[in-house]
Parts: sequence; structure tokens; C-alpha cells
Amino acid sequence: MGKNIYVPESIVIAGRTFQSRLLVGTGKYKDFEETKLAIDESGAQIVTVAIRRVNLGQDSSEPSLLDFLPPDQYTYLPNTAGCYTADDAIRTLRLARELLDGHNLVKLEVLGDPKTLYPNVIETIEAAKVLIKDGFDVMVYTSDDPIIAKQLEDIGCCAVMPLASLIGSGMGILNPWNLEIIIDTLSVPVIVDAGVGTASDASIAMELGCDGVLMNTAIATAKNPILMASAMRKSIEAGREAFLAGRMNKKLYAASPSSPTTGIIT
Amino acid sequence: MKISINGKIKNFDTDILTFESLIKELNLAGKRFAIERNGEIIPKSCFADYQLSNGDKLEIIGAVGGG
Repeated sequence: MGKNIYVPESIVIAGRTFQSRLLVGTGKYKDFEETKLAIDESGAQIVTVAIRRVNLGQDSSEPSLLDFLPPDQYTYLPNTAGCYTADDAIRTLRLARELLDGHNLVKLEVLGDPKTLYPNVIETIEAAKVLIKDGFDVMVYTSDDPIIAKQLEDIGCCAVMPLASLIGSGMGILNPWNLEIIIDTLSVPVIVDAGVGTASDASIAMELGCDGVLMNTAIATAKNPILMASAMRKSIEAGREAFLAGRMNKKLYAASPSSPTTGIIT
Repeated sequence: MKISINGKIKNFDTDILTFESLIKELNLAGKRFAIERNGEIIPKSCFADYQLSNGDKLEIIGAVGGG
């Protein structure tokens, strides 16, 4: 590697330092084995988990997600998926904190509608206020509304995570302009969460200047999740390097070829 | 004694049952979970001290795969 080559710089979220800018979910995989292999291939250090009622009466020797992804090797990010009110989200994350021995870094999402899974930003803001007061470090899923994103930063969220498109849709980055405004306006890390479908989507998000990308479905429901996890790791790194390198300006035409215009055989 | 656990009513013989004995009864010993009783979280460190009462509503939760 040449001496001017980019050295991956770390991302700091609520005082915690991470090398990987790819955050991944742990849902929708075939089994825990595949979950573990894909996550390790992705290089992600932060993994989201859902909080659900335990399955009583199941064989106590049956492995759990935590057996495959030991909490001392990954940073768990318990989420509030499936919560439609601030109260439910707060209750879920308090239980998660007890579950994970006081771990207080969490992903808050309050949904507004089961069909679209679009966030309810009013309930989200209410929940964030209570959780922050209660000592949580809140990474917050939200819409790509720059005003709401700024409000979430102002009330003390440690990372703001706007959607690229709807959860699980794989539609990619639908409004890069709003994301750019959010990135430009906020000081806390901005992490695109939801909507990434393939590697190029992740690169586009990073090229916009996002601090990271959180995804689940794009990896877990790929035909080969482990290979897609590898593609995503590279695309996040490539997009970050391209952002730092600074892209050329777009021109309709430039009449400036890359080869010399002199010395042409006539 | 009737106790609601994760939305299902269960009957227990004794009416002096600590959370510690309940956890053994439910085969949860050594597992990672958190318990809420009637809306209040019961800290792990207090399982031996807390006793169940007839009509308690418990939620016992764990971490599962999710995005």
C-alpha cells in the first residue's frame, strides 16, 4: 500500500469507537449458523436484536442467538421493532437494558403503520426524550425529514438514522437530497437505516457522506447471504473512500479527453 | 395460585414461590432473560427475594434475531 493510501478511520457513537461503518440486523436468516457466518463476513461490530417473549416450554438446551453471537464479541443494539407507541418502545428498551446487564446503547424505532412500517416521528421524539433522561444512548430510526432529524439531535440522540426507503423494501436511496441536508445539518453520526437493496445502494449512501449504514434484509434475503455480506463490507469501504477522496464534478460534456490532444497521427 | 406468564395463565401448587424457584420451574436457569411483573422490572439480583402473588402478570423476554 502506498503511503497516501486511505487508512480506515473509526466511527465514534456515544463515546464508543468502532472500525466498521456497517451495522447489521440479525433477523430473517435461515438459522443461527448462517446469521453468524454472514455477520462475520460483513465485518460489522454492531448488531441489532429484537426483544420478544421467551418461548416457554422449549428445550432448555436449545441454542439461542446469544450463543452464536456472544455479547462480549459484538456490540448489541436492542431495537424496538414492532412498537407503535412511545410507551411500548420505552418499556421494551428498559427490559432490554436489564436483559443485557445494563447495556444502554439502543436503537429506537416507533412505527406508524404495519403496512409501510413508516416511522411515527411524533411518538419517536416522545420516547427519545424519556429514554435519554433515563440514561440511554439512543440511536434513532426516523424518516428523512431534515427538521425532525435535527430535533432528534437537539434532544440528545447519539446517532440519527434516516431511512433510505421503506424497511425491507430494497428500493435503495430514494431521496439523496434530503439525506444530504441531514448529513450537512447534523453533528452526530448519520446512519442510513432501511431500504438498501444491494451493494451499490450502500456505496451511494456512503458517497453522500453518511457515517454508516444499517441493513438486514439486503443481506439476509440475498440468494447467498454470506457473499452479499462480503459485498456490503466492500461497498461501505469503497463508498467511504470515494467520499473522502472527493468525486469529480459532473459535466454534461467536457471535451477534455484523458489522452493527450497533441501528437495525434494525421 | 394463578399467574399469567407471557399472556398465558399458569397454575402453580404452592403459594410461596420466589422468582428463583419459578425460573427453575420454567427451565430458564442459566438462560439470558429479563422479567417484568405487573409492569415493573424485577432485577436479576433480586430473584431470590421476590415472591410471586396470585394474579401476577409476568412478561419474560429475551433477545431474538431482528433488524
